Amino acid sequence: MASAAIIETRQTVKRFGEIRAVDGVDLAVEKGEIFGLIGHNGAGKSTLFKMMLGLLSPTSGEIRIDGRPPAGEAFRQIRRSIGYLPENVAFYDHLTGLETLRFFADLKGADRNACLPLLDKVGLCHAARRRVHGYSKGMRQRLGFAQAMLGNPKILFLDEPTTGLDPEGIRDFYRILDAMRTQGTTVILTSHILAEIQERVDRLAIMKMGRIDALGTMQSLRERADIPLRLQIDLRGGDADTVRRLLRQAGATEVNGGDGMISARCARQRKMEALRALASLPAVVDIQIREPTLEDVFLGYGQENAGGRMESAEKEGRL
Amino acid sequence: MRIGFRQIGVIAAKEFWDRIRNRWVFAVAAVFTAFALAIAYFGAAQQGGIGFKGIDVTIASLVSLVIYLVPLIALILGFDAIVGERERGSLDLLLSMPMTRLELLLGKFAGLSAALAFSTLAGFGLVGLLLSYQLDLGGLYHYFEFTLSAILMGMAFLSIAILISVAAADRARAGGLAIAVWFFFVLVYDLVLLGMLVGSGGRIGSGIFPILLLLNPADVFRIFNIFGMAEVKTLYGLATVFPPTLAEPWLLGSVMVLWIGVPLAVATWRFK
Repeated sequence: MASAAIIETRQTVKRFGEIRAVDGVDLAVEKGEIFGLIGHNGAGKSTLFKMMLGLLSPTSGEIRIDGRPPAGEAFRQIRRSIGYLPENVAFYDHLTGLETLRFFADLKGADRNACLPLLDKVGLCHAARRRVHGYSKGMRQRLGFAQAMLGNPKILFLDEPTTGLDPEGIRDFYRILDAMRTQGTTVILTSHILAEIQERVDRLAIMKMGRIDALGTMQSLRERADIPLRLQIDLRGGDADTVRRLLRQAGATEVNGGDGMISARCARQRKMEALRALASLPAVVDIQIREPTLEDVFLGYGQENAGGRMESAEKEGRL
Repeated sequence: MRIGFRQIGVIAAKEFWDRIRNRWVFAVAAVFTAFALAIAYFGAAQQGGIGFKGIDVTIASLVSLVIYLVPLIALILGFDAIVGERERGSLDLLLSMPMTRLELLLGKFAGLSAALAFSTLAGFGLVGLLLSYQLDLGGLYHYFEFTLSAILMGMAFLSIAILISVAAADRARAGGLAIAVWFFFVLVYDLVLLGMLVGSGGRIGSGIFPILLLLNPADVFRIFNIFGMAEVKTLYGLATVFPPTLAEPWLLGSVMVLWIGVPLAVATWRFK
């Protein structure tokens, strides 16, 4: 498996002073797959990307792109065969979209005549001769994507590619990505929104504080996660005590509430057991089952409310 | 690894055309033309006459103007070359291209140098053309030498500006540093040297003084243009402190080339 990997990192570490931005990452991205890298801001995704591109050199460990170190002898060859869309990409305001693309095509040694078709592909044909100054955030992102596709790269590195895109833009983006995959392009992309990319990547890695927390297909992650459910039971009349007792018998924990409403945590394997027991009680008029998303589990949001979520994201961001 | 001249060319061309498009080149050329004309025809007004008074006096006056203006223009031109890209957020993308950091620096330097050289040549060239019917070949040659040395001095300060743009943490600091460098080399340096000379009663004159003068590209430019002219040399009192052996054009030229090369080399080393 390792030999088929087009991107390979081995025990890669990047330290900025005291901070370990990337803390021992082992990854192998295979040829032709779409690979997602998920994590908070500050989890180390961009740093890992920059090391893969050879923009930063690892403090220790090894990185190979197509079997070669990205900053070594073959650096020009490797650079020509990859496309990179940086996070929050910025261009030159006074150039038009087409001029921007031609500038990067010249630098990359790619075909200048491919620029206009590329702009068309990302839906910017109408704005090709307008200055980037007047572009919206979404248009800039589309231009950045077109730039990454210059010279038919073998590998695409896309750092937060869908920020600033509207839903239509996001759909367009993944449609193009799928088309490129069928041509054999390998894509590695980052996001901090799991829900958006989960059905669109072949495999994904979840990054947390510089480490890979989980790695695999969406299905395998789901199975591994073993997420506890949350039950909420509406009662009309009847006695709450019986309900509580039945819940505890079915292995539920954190059983709270009294008349009218009871909530509890329940393991997935014993869900049906609990439901069957509750169903026999006439006082139970409704049962709501809340399933935490994978995002909640892997990104550590847990059961917190939205406010707490922001806070914890911020905290990790600063780390 | 072989140097990628194509990449240098692409970066240089962009920098140059950017300066043409935003009319920077034309503005600077116009400023040079206006000043050169004014100095050539009205430079002697203080002495009670107007009109062209000969090339040596004109060049001497131009030198004292250009020595302020060109370093300032060059420093402003180059101080954000790298830090500006970094702050805008386009540096990562540039560096992800099949291009080394050295090539990026050289491209920036070449393109900005071309813009500076173009406006200097255009500005002073226009005036040179107007003066040409009043000048003999020797005078024209002098004037040409002056223009060329102004460009070289500009490139030396541009090289320092590129170093600033690599070393500074942000654009604002780079700007401040550029102004400080201008202040130091153009205004403070000579004053300090003069103070040392007077304070020591002229004792440090013969040995170290000429070397100290060579350590400032603006002074190199001044010596190069003034020393060859008997008429004004004494006026500046240069003959008494600067030995003729050090005033050889090739030597001054080499020092200037060093002033262009060394800051760029340090910038390359810092830019990793």
